[in-house]
Parts: sequence; C-alpha cells; structure tokens
Amino acid sequence: MEASPLAVYQSYLDKGELAYQWSPQAGRAVFYPRLVCPYSGSTQLEWRVASGLGAVYATTVTHPQQGEPYNVALIDCDEGFRLMSRVEDIDPMQVRIGMRVRFRLHKPPGDEPPYSVFVPLEGAR
Amino acid sequence: MNGLKRGGAAIVGAAESDLGHVADGLNPIDLMAQGIARAAEDAGLRLRDIDGLLCATTQSRTSGLNLSEYLGISPRYIDTTILGGSSFMFHVAHAVAALQLGLCEVAAIAYGSTQRSVGRRQASVREINPFETPYRPFLPSTAYALAASRHMHEFGTSREQLAEVAVAARQWALLNPVAWEKKPLTIEEVLNARMVSYPFTVRDICLVTDGGGAIILTTPERARSLKKPPVHVLGCGSAITHANISSMPDLTVTGALESGRQAYAMAGLGPKDIDVVELYDAFTINTILFLEDLGFCAKGEGGSFVSGGRIAPGGALPVNTNGGGLSYCHPGMYGLFLLIEAVRQLRGECGARQVKDAETAIAHGNGGVLSSQSTVILGTAATI
Repeated sequence: MEASPLAVYQSYLDKGELAYQWSPQAGRAVFYPRLVCPYSGSTQLEWRVASGLGAVYATTVTHPQQGEPYNVALIDCDEGFRLMSRVEDIDPMQVRIGMRVRFRLHKPPGDEPPYSVFVPLEGAR
Repeated sequence: MNGLKRGGAAIVGAAESDLGHVADGLNPIDLMAQGIARAAEDAGLRLRDIDGLLCATTQSRTSGLNLSEYLGISPRYIDTTILGGSSFMFHVAHAVAALQLGLCEVAAIAYGSTQRSVGRRQASVREINPFETPYRPFLPSTAYALAASRHMHEFGTSREQLAEVAVAARQWALLNPVAWEKKPLTIEEVLNARMVSYPFTVRDICLVTDGGGAIILTTPERARSLKKPPVHVLGCGSAITHANISSMPDLTVTGALESGRQAYAMAGLGPKDIDVVELYDAFTINTILFLEDLGFCAKGEGGSFVSGGRIAPGGALPVNTNGGGLSYCHPGMYGLFLLIEAVRQLRGECGARQVKDAETAIAHGNGGVLSSQSTVILGTAATI
C-alpha cells in the first residue's frame, strides 16, 4: 500500500523540506497534496521540494480571546502554489502583501507534527 | 443556460421561526417545522399539501428524515443539499426544476439552528484540515479577513468603508421590529470595537443567533389560487470556486460573478433593473464584494459605492433591508432569510422599511468561506 499524500508531505517536513506535487500532464504545481490532479484529472503526480521562497498574497492578524494576536497569511511560493501559513520574526501587523518570505520549519511542542512557517527575506524584493 | 424556465415557479409562503435566543429545549427541527407551519398558513396551504421538502442544518445529519417524521409527511421529492449559507438559494433552483418536471407540486424549503443556545462549537463542528488548522485560523472570520486584506491592498478599500456597511445594516435593523440589534451604531464604534481578525472588529462580523424559517414554492398555475400574491422566480444561478480559503483562486473575485451572470441571463434583467438587493453579509467585506460581482458597481469600487449612506435607508440603493446578518439575525446559514425578506418586500409587507414600488429583488447567498455562491432573482406579477 502506498503512503498517503499527507504522510509523504509530512515525511518531507520531518526532514526539514517543504514539498509540493508537480503534475506533468497539467504542467503546473498542485497544492495541497492529493491523489488526483485537479487541473488534468491525471493520477500521475510527482513530488518536488520547493525552494522555500515566496511572497505574501494575503495577511491578517487574528486576536484570540486569550493570548497574543498572531499572523495568518496565504503565501504564494515561487514554484506556483499557494498555502496557508504564518509569518514569524516580525510584528504580525507589519506583515505586508507582496513581502518576500522564506520557509522555516516549525516544531510544535508535544506530539503535533512539524509544519511550515515563513520569515521575512530581508533585502530581497 | 441552465434549463430552468423564467417564472417556472412562484414563492407563495414565507415565514421566520422564532429568532434570537429561542426557548430552552427547542431544536433545529422544531424551528424548521414552526417555520413551515407559519409559511403554510401564510400561503393558505395545509401541511399535507407539501409533497416536496428541501432543508439544511448543521445540527442534524438526516434533517430530511427528521423533519418529514416530525411533520407527518412523506415527500415525493426531497433534497438536503448543504453548501453553507447559500444552501437555500441552491434549494430554490432545485425546487424550480422539481416543480417544472412534476416531481412535486408544493415544495417547502426550511432551515433551523439553535447555535446561540447550544454554542457555535456544538452547532457546527469544525473539520480538521492539516494544511490550515495548525495556523489556528479563527474560521470563518480569518478567511474573510484575508479576502478583505487583498481588497484593501488592490483597491485601497478602507476600514471606514467596511464600517459603512455595518452602519447601514444597523440603520435598516432599527426599522425591523424582529431584528436582534436595537441601538444605533456609528463608524467610530465599529472601528473601536474588539478586534477579531484584522481588519474586522466584532462589529464587522455577523451575529450569532438562533433562528429558522421556511418558504413554500408551487407552480405558477397553483399559485394563482392561493392567499398571497405570488412572487415569481425569474432567475437562478450558482457557482462553486473552492472549499478552503487557501484554494480560492482570486480573493477579490467571488463566484457571484458567475452565479449573477446566470441569474440575470435567465431573468432577462440586469443590475439596473433590480429594486431591492439582499446580499449575504456574514462580514462587511461580503456586501462590497457582492455589489461588485453582481454588477451594481465596478470591481474595486465597492468601498466608495457603500460610503455616505448609499445603501442605508434613504440611500440610492436599498441593500439588506431587514438589517442583514450583521444586525438582524444570523443563525449560521443565513441564506433563507434573504429570500424571506425579498418576498416580503415584493409583497409590500415591510412597514417602515418597505422599499416603494418594489417589483424586482435579488437574493444572493454565500456559503463556506466565499466558497459557494447562489443567486435568485424574484419579481412580482408585473414582471411576468
């Protein structure tokens, strides 16, 4: 039995890599990972490791009832896929649309699996 | 074209159930049944006349079964399509098709929710998405806030312009005796309220209430012999663009562009022909997005369009005349209330908030996180 798309994605993250799928038939990236390409219907999807570079597409600051406000953003990765994430190492209100960012692995405490966050890529635009 | 006939069905009954904070122990099926009983009375029909049943709620997995049992009916046609708050506009299109094909003769569309009484978490269990949940988006607010950020970035839309939407809704609500909110609201109060997900404060976000209701549709022939003047279904359209906000193709353009195009084409009408506009305002950005996508103003101009009281009582375009999800009632899937208000406006039943000489109305439903869009255009006998 083949590993699920989620399990493969997580196994890349476990190695510190941000992975996505490439659809040769559609000639474009697919994200989130899945069994069927939504652009071509093909079940042939290849795994690729992203450069980890991208730009903020949309951003908000969520204010929980308890605890500090935090950023939630959509990131357009340079390989042509978009994902939800968070921009860290910066005041969440200072995250700007179009800002260049770089992937960083976040390891939550406990049993939660690692996930991607992004940090500003200074000096680059 | 979608194969539906302009004027192929008419709405003959419309009613809310109890709203706001309902009596302890009432459940969503109670509210659906209460809505149907009131809508049947409104139409001059009996429960046993209903042979088509369409309903949706997040609080009952098999609401069609539970509601049929409760009412003691065995519908020939049943449809429990659930696509979020727009479900009931989808139901209208499906009911028109079923009536046109003779699958039923009298179709009831019902909704019920006790989310205020039981709490949002229990009323609508949040699904885990491994690609979003780790970032703790406060859904749906965070998703709509992301869309608002994009609109502000691309078109210069301001928080003050968003607040105009909330203030206009409140002014309409003050004219609606059953609206939840009873006090005036200012732009400053919206801006200074508790921040939830920037740029939204709690006043940019819909209410959390209980509530439900029903509408009843039948064939145009049968509609003529009933109690109230029929309200004809002139156009229907729908579009689904995504489920999760991270998969929405363009956060500034919704499926309302497509659903509106279909509905206008079927109705043979355009935005300039619409007298009353009822838009799903779960968040202040929604009203702006849908005014643009449904052609009431150009893309990007929604913010300035709503400014200066343009959509408030006495403004150029009456929008969300019941007070909207922002100030009247929002039990979670609000779409049905837009249809009820549109029907009442076209019958001239709206008292202090009545739009003069209203002959046409648009009721636009939104579901998920701008995910499902469904548009219904309604008209009086004069439009047929």
